[in-house]
Amino acid sequence: MNMQGWGRYPVIDAEVHTPGTKEDIQALFDTTAVGMTPRGLGRSYGDSALGDHILSTKRLNHFLEFDATTGLLHCEAGISLSEILTLFVPKGWFLPVTPGTQFVTVGGAIASDVHGKNHHVAGCFCDHVEHLDILLDPERIIRCSPYQHPDLFHATCGGMGLTGMIIAAAIRLKPIQSAFIDQTTFKARNLEESLNLFEIHAAAPYSVAWIDCITGGPSLGRSLLMTGDHATKGSLIPGKNARIGLPLDMPSILLNRYSILAFNTLYYHRIRKVSVQSHVHYEPFFYPLDSINDWNRMYGKNGFTQYQFVVPKDAGRKAMPVILKTIVDAGKGSFLAVMKAFGKQNNNLLSFPIEGYTLALDFKIEPELFPLLDRLDAMVHDHGGRVYLTKDSRMSPSTFRSGYKTWTRFQELRMNYSALGRFRSHQSTRLGLE
Amino acid sequence: MQNILIIGATSAIAEATARLYAADGANLYLMARNEDRLKIIAADLKIRGAASVATAGFEANDLDSHQNLIERAHKSLGSFDIVLIAHGTLGIQKVAESDIEETIRELQTNAMSTIALMTRLANMMEKQRQGTLAIISSVAGDRGRPSNYVYGTAKAAVTTFCEGLRARLCKSNVHLLTIKPGMVDSPMTAGMELPGILLAKPEQVAKAIVTAIKKKTDVLYTPWFWRFIMLGIIHMPTSVFKKLSL
Ligand SMILES: Cc1cc2nc3c(=O)[nH]c(=O)nc-3n(C[C@H](O)[C@H](O)[C@H](O)COP(=O)(O)OP(=O)(O)OC[C@H]3O[C@@H](n4cnc5c(N)ncnc54)[C@H](O)[C@@H]3O)c2cc1C
Ligand SMILES: NC(=O)c1ccc[n+]([C@@H]2O[C@H](COP(=O)([O-])OP(=O)(O)OC[C@H]3O[C@@H](n4cnc5c(N)ncnc54)[C@H](OP(=O)(O)O)[C@@H]3O)[C@@H](O)[C@H]2O)c1
Repeated sequence: MNMQGWGRYPVIDAEVHTPGTKEDIQALFDTTAVGMTPRGLGRSYGDSALGDHILSTKRLNHFLEFDATTGLLHCEAGISLSEILTLFVPKGWFLPVTPGTQFVTVGGAIASDVHGKNHHVAGCFCDHVEHLDILLDPERIIRCSPYQHPDLFHATCGGMGLTGMIIAAAIRLKPIQSAFIDQTTFKARNLEESLNLFEIHAAAPYSVAWIDCITGGPSLGRSLLMTGDHATKGSLIPGKNARIGLPLDMPSILLNRYSILAFNTLYYHRIRKVSVQSHVHYEPFFYPLDSINDWNRMYGKNGFTQYQFVVPKDAGRKAMPVILKTIVDAGKGSFLAVMKAFGKQNNNLLSFPIEGYTLALDFKIEPELFPLLDRLDAMVHDHGGRVYLTKDSRMSPSTFRSGYKTWTRFQELRMNYSALGRFRSHQSTRLGLE
Repeated sequence: MQNILIIGATSAIAEATARLYAADGANLYLMARNEDRLKIIAADLKIRGAASVATAGFEANDLDSHQNLIERAHKSLGSFDIVLIAHGTLGIQKVAESDIEETIRELQTNAMSTIALMTRLANMMEKQRQGTLAIISSVAGDRGRPSNYVYGTAKAAVTTFCEGLRARLCKSNVHLLTIKPGMVDSPMTAGMELPGILLAKPEQVAKAIVTAIKKKTDVLYTPWFWRFIMLGIIHMPTSVFKKLSL
């Protein structure tokens, strides 16, 4: 059947298997020799969760154990972050790290070693994983952690499903007193102010900026920075998950320069004061887009890609203005432009975050887009940065290798654990990671 | 708090239903033949909020074991507020056409074992004078179609049995629900090429089952539009129907 990532580009024909038990997965090994691709909820944008034989974790969706005194949750890999929140927020627990959508699986969050608005203080998702069970082949399901099979652990966390199929994991939830967030929004008039704001608010538990990618000149890089922390007041009600749908593929014409311009200007001018405080539920704070079902169809039938890069901190002040200016001048900027300052890098071989600044924005797929992204790749490379694998559908093998210098160690490990060729994806083939 | 027995508890539809009752804080007693999987499901339901979860191994075609199993479940729960029977197999019609053993096995698993269970459960529930017996039959039992008439025959037997038993149990205040799902995205249909828009999620079917039990519905078509699809199929003249390859 036709399968695609969240960006709806590319689309490939794949066979999808939905094993319910370890035994089912093991049986698949006997019939499938060409390599398998684990897949969670398909929220990665590009071709990371695509392959000829997809192993869906849809039926690996059981909670295994919960320790109500420590908050340690042991669950199967197909459990979604949304299910965890619905069940555990009322009991006073929250995810230690969450990406910008709750509709991802635990397996997907580990495989991409996802980050959230608290990366600068809390690190990545896998920094809160106590241990995980990975299936390598019919004979081997290995429990690994920073202390048990650490090499396999650090390759699997952020390893994009290329070391094996994650079956289950134990994550440390964090205690909260309220389902609400005390949020403060700050206004920055240009890029310099935006970067300064991140430094001023380095101690804020959560921070992220929405940046205007259309307006150039003296206002280049103007943004709204949102900081937040879990409130101490308010009830522990979970999200409503109330969602509205987009009826049809929205014509991509809706996303022309002017509608984006209107959106961004509106967004920016909504805030008149220098800072505004509010008390909001965690859903709109962390998952503003989850309230619209299938918003990815907004970019039309050809799909879109999200370009997310990071540049090291010391290069940031030089790199960000030139890269942003290139984006603004190209005039293809998106609806979504999110900026964040990352904290320290962890030990996982292919984890994306390095200490520095990251920017993520959407581009509608069109032929002229690819040369622009190649140019951005070159600039990111020149400043010692890298591009996020879980968003990527088009980077070249050389861009990948220059961004992720530890890729050779990653390949060695895959060889040692016989994962080479056995677990692969459309993306790994494209990047020369056979 | 409701006391609920689920037979064939590893079925996708049964599990989705159990999750809804677990969230409600029910006491659950689960029977299924794959006990490893049953253990995982039981732990999950407990975390999802079930007040208690007990399990037992169950082979549908070992009819002699049923009485003892049901009695143990009844003792453990104290009463049966709801009993859901969900086990079943969708054999390969083509195989059954040339293999009598396969045909008999399909009838055995999908009709005989269910009828045997219902017979025993009915007597216990009649004594309780309360509760719901919910049986998963299928729209396939509404009319024999060339693509699955062996399975359809078994489900037709179950549906007809339910019809009669309902009228008997009604007099003792026991509710009987016949559940007729259309096509459901479960392991039973995995690998089959089915039209996406007609394919329901087990969660969707589970919601409908819980509502029907609450409202004491007699016959549930789920999703609802199958009532109308089947109406069309049932009323098609045989002279036309026999020429189709439905
Ligand atoms: C609106 C939106 C906002 C987002 N915000 C953020 C953000 O703030 N930060 C961030 O880091 N990411 C973000 N993402 C990206 C998303 O968090 C990741 O792509 C995540 O990996 C998706 O999880 P999934 O379950 O959908 O996995 P899929 O997309 O199905 O798979 C992603 C990768 O994980 C692998 N994988 C999945 N399950 C397993 C398993 N059981 N075992 C081994 N490998 C597996 C796949 O092979 C694939 O390589 C966002 C995505 C969207 C759509
Ligand atoms: N899926 C559909 O499209 C559909 C449509 C209409 C009606 N139905 C009916 O819905 C019910 C549930 O099916 P489902 O869709 O949830 O499929 P499922 O997940 O495949 O469930 C079938 C269950 O029956 C169990 N089972 C089969 N033979 C058994 C035996 N001899 N002894 C004990 N248990 C046995 C299976 O156990 P194992 O896991 O151990 O194999 C499994 O748990 C069935 O009665 C089915 O006929 C399904």
